[in-house]
Amino acid sequence: MTPSTIEIRPTADDARIARFAAAAIVLAVAEAAIPLPLPGVKPGLANIVILIVLLQWGWRDAVWVALLRVFAGSLLLGQFFAPGFFLALAGSLASLATLGLAMHLPRRWFGPITLSILAAFAHIGGQLVLARLWLVPHDGVFYLVPVFALAATVFGLVNGLVAGHLLRELSSAADAVTKDEPSR
Amino acid sequence: MPVGKPSQWFALVRPGDVLVIGLALFVCIASAATLWRGGAPDKVVIRAGGQLYAETGLSRSQRIEVPGPLGITVIEVEPGRARVVSDPGPRQYCVRQGWLTRSGAAAICAPNEVSLMLSGGASTYDSLNY
Repeated sequence: MTPSTIEIRPTADDARIARFAAAAIVLAVAEAAIPLPLPGVKPGLANIVILIVLLQWGWRDAVWVALLRVFAGSLLLGQFFAPGFFLALAGSLASLATLGLAMHLPRRWFGPITLSILAAFAHIGGQLVLARLWLVPHDGVFYLVPVFALAATVFGLVNGLVAGHLLRELSSAADAVTKDEPSR
Repeated sequence: MPVGKPSQWFALVRPGDVLVIGLALFVCIASAATLWRGGAPDKVVIRAGGQLYAETGLSRSQRIEVPGPLGITVIEVEPGRARVVSDPGPRQYCVRQGWLTRSGAAAICAPNEVSLMLSGGASTYDSLNY
């Protein structure tokens, strides 16, 4: 076989992003199996992974993981280029932009819960704007705003708590590693 | 992975987070209050002989006398509701409808060619008959 002339050397960054993206995609696909009363209302468990990536590795990595999740998740679910895909993309972009701004809030006062709730609201905001402009060109879509807002509050809070908990676990695990191997 | 005690979970909530949670709940309640208010009328439309006779708000009480071919139809408006008090017509259907409270509700005194209709708000129906 002719050896490929293109050689891709994945960096440590690539490997890390791929790992987190895989975790986010698994959560997104698992979540698709949960029956939900309204299209658009879902827990958004993948956002836990995105919050962890954001707070541990920064905004650039979070953007990579979030967009990989949207693209690969929709491919796996057969939603690629379906309306749901564009809604997810619009929500994702809006929440990434919000997270990019909100992550500069003082950490002492605002934790993962704030980021999670703001991201959840940006998510529904982005989706609603696209839905209003393109899918349902009628103000009737805004009738559902209170339902979406309540979902964003509840799931944002829960996801933020879980992300905060996991971040604490991760940092204590990292402490343990450095304690075990003081030479590193 | 250990789930931990509730106190450990509460420790994750920082002061600003409480503010944001409160703000989020406020957005939920405020949006529900403004978007789901539908059905509350805010206007009375009175027609006589097919022409618009009067159009007035539903916020203050008043009595309106509308002339028709048989005589005078008296309409009473109170905050949030309106009715036909008396009508010279033979069957008195519009009077017996009583108070109208929902947007789109109408009382029609056909013999005297007078109609009363509530409008405004997010009307659930185009018109309501009893």
